Amino acid sequence: MNIVVLLKQTPDTESVIRIAGDGKSVVTSDLKWIINPYDEFAVEAALRLKEKHGGSVTIVSWGPQRVVESIRTALAMGADSGVLVDDEALEGSDSLGIAKALAAAVQELSPDIVLCGSRAVDYDEAQRGPMVAELLGWPHLALGVAVDSDGSKVSIDRPIEGGKVTTEADLPALVTLGGSHAVWSPRYASLPGIMKAKKKPLAAKKLSDLGLDSSECGSGAAKISIISLEMPPQRTPGRIIDGDLDTLGKAQELVRALHDEAKVI
Amino acid sequence: MSKCVCIIAEFRGGNFRRVSFEVASEGRRVADSLGTSLCAIVVGAGIAGKAAELGRYGVDKVYIVDNPALESYLAETYVPAVAEVVEKCDPAVVILPASVDGKDLAARLSARLGAGLAQDCTQVVCENGTVKAKRPIFAGKCFAWCEWAEGALPVVSCRPNVMDCMAPMEEKKAETETVECSIPEARSRVLGLDLDTSGKVELTEAEIIVSGGRGMKGPENYTMIEDLARILGAAVGASRAAVDSGWRPHADQVGQTGKVVNPNLYIAVGISGAIQHLAGMGSSKYIVAINKDSEAPIFSKADYGIVEDLFNFIPVFKDEVEKFKSTCT
Repeated sequence: MNIVVLLKQTPDTESVIRIAGDGKSVVTSDLKWIINPYDEFAVEAALRLKEKHGGSVTIVSWGPQRVVESIRTALAMGADSGVLVDDEALEGSDSLGIAKALAAAVQELSPDIVLCGSRAVDYDEAQRGPMVAELLGWPHLALGVAVDSDGSKVSIDRPIEGGKVTTEADLPALVTLGGSHAVWSPRYASLPGIMKAKKKPLAAKKLSDLGLDSSECGSGAAKISIISLEMPPQRTPGRIIDGDLDTLGKAQELVRALHDEAKVI
Repeated sequence: MSKCVCIIAEFRGGNFRRVSFEVASEGRRVADSLGTSLCAIVVGAGIAGKAAELGRYGVDKVYIVDNPALESYLAETYVPAVAEVVEKCDPAVVILPASVDGKDLAARLSARLGAGLAQDCTQVVCENGTVKAKRPIFAGKCFAWCEWAEGALPVVSCRPNVMDCMAPMEEKKAETETVECSIPEARSRVLGLDLDTSGKVELTEAEIIVSGGRGMKGPENYTMIEDLARILGAAVGASRAAVDSGWRPHADQVGQTGKVVNPNLYIAVGISGAIQHLAGMGSSKYIVAINKDSEAPIFSKADYGIVEDLFNFIPVFKDEVEKFKSTCT
């Protein structure tokens, strides 16, 4: 079973986000970069499928050279090879433009299954997976918290508001992953894994290598763009309910405040 | 007449979901500022009878695709049907719920139509006939204003619980038109649907959330949180620390890797307030923090803080809430 994982590099979730001087991007100079956690779950799910069925896991990513480090991390976890689409023309692309580049990269690999996170913790577009599936003309299953395959089909459990759905697709198919660290417990890279990862193949590609032109997926093709960023309104400092109140007094004051002032109970 | 505004309504278990009415209300506001009409697309099986109800929330016309093959949501079958109707209405903008299924549909639909998509928007404005939308990024640490390129079709999914829902106009019914779409043979299928009928409130749609963190010390202590939540009609959430410890199911996790929530009231119990948690609940209208550590970062976000051992405070608070509830209803 040949598996592709679409992987994005994102800032660490503990990062403090600041708006850059242009007013429409964030300051990146002091950020720590990680594999988007949901894509890390996809790497874990892919490795488990490979353990069951054999085959290979290829990481497909995009972005500048710093992304190589994240691909190497996935290779150290156990993936076999990587492809990085590194092309300046993708600066300012929208999700659909990126999806076109990724779909072209996937097509060259003709995998049985593509796995990726349901969302990225940076811009949270929640678009990449379904868009790539649409462009490939494949079925997709979204938000899996459990993934299984018999080699000809793939099935997932998917939480929805107020319940759970089990869905299945014929291969080739794309699956996006939901869940959390607790659900997937993605494996750590072992020291031998890290050593081996250095020798695993990692190909850099330009759009032209994928038979694409920047007019199809570059910034000029973007249907939507960010024009400005703003910070959330600062919360005015609240008050600590204490005074000379005992536990009962504090509880009574909190109930009163929530009813009379906040009007939320 | 200029191009219409088109909403996509979501239907489940025989009824429209409330977020559909929020989206209709928002659609009405956008249509009014563009000086145009509002149409809706409803896709499913056995839904035709309810469709006209959307008129109560300002929809002028409903396009219905009613087909037994559309019983459950599947991107493969829903997207071609919706795309066909969108092309038929040729709208100025498409608005739909940023629900689990809505976001999935929106992404695939936008790829099919070559449209520009803004997911999970919290505000939509029209300036001189063009649409702009605001959406949270980095789980609410920051907000982005998005604009569409000339000639691009804007697709906007709206975060549940944010857009004001208009008071229903009881007597108003929308005009309806049934559209026959050919539904493609699907290579994916729903094997089972397991709806939770316990009446548990869904986190992303809850008006009140009571969340417990590391300070809860163990899974057995969550009955305290559950009791308080039940009295308040609230949903139960958890911090990543509690979920990683295996105390709570991952579906309860609030934060940047978890659910982003925006209730009227968020009660954080024994949660210190890691950056990634604060991002997930920072847009709650009111925040209460209960923590024995007065230096906990959660207090910087809280409207009301209680510095006390939660094991002392919560039982007493629960009794007081119960007393209050019994006197006011």
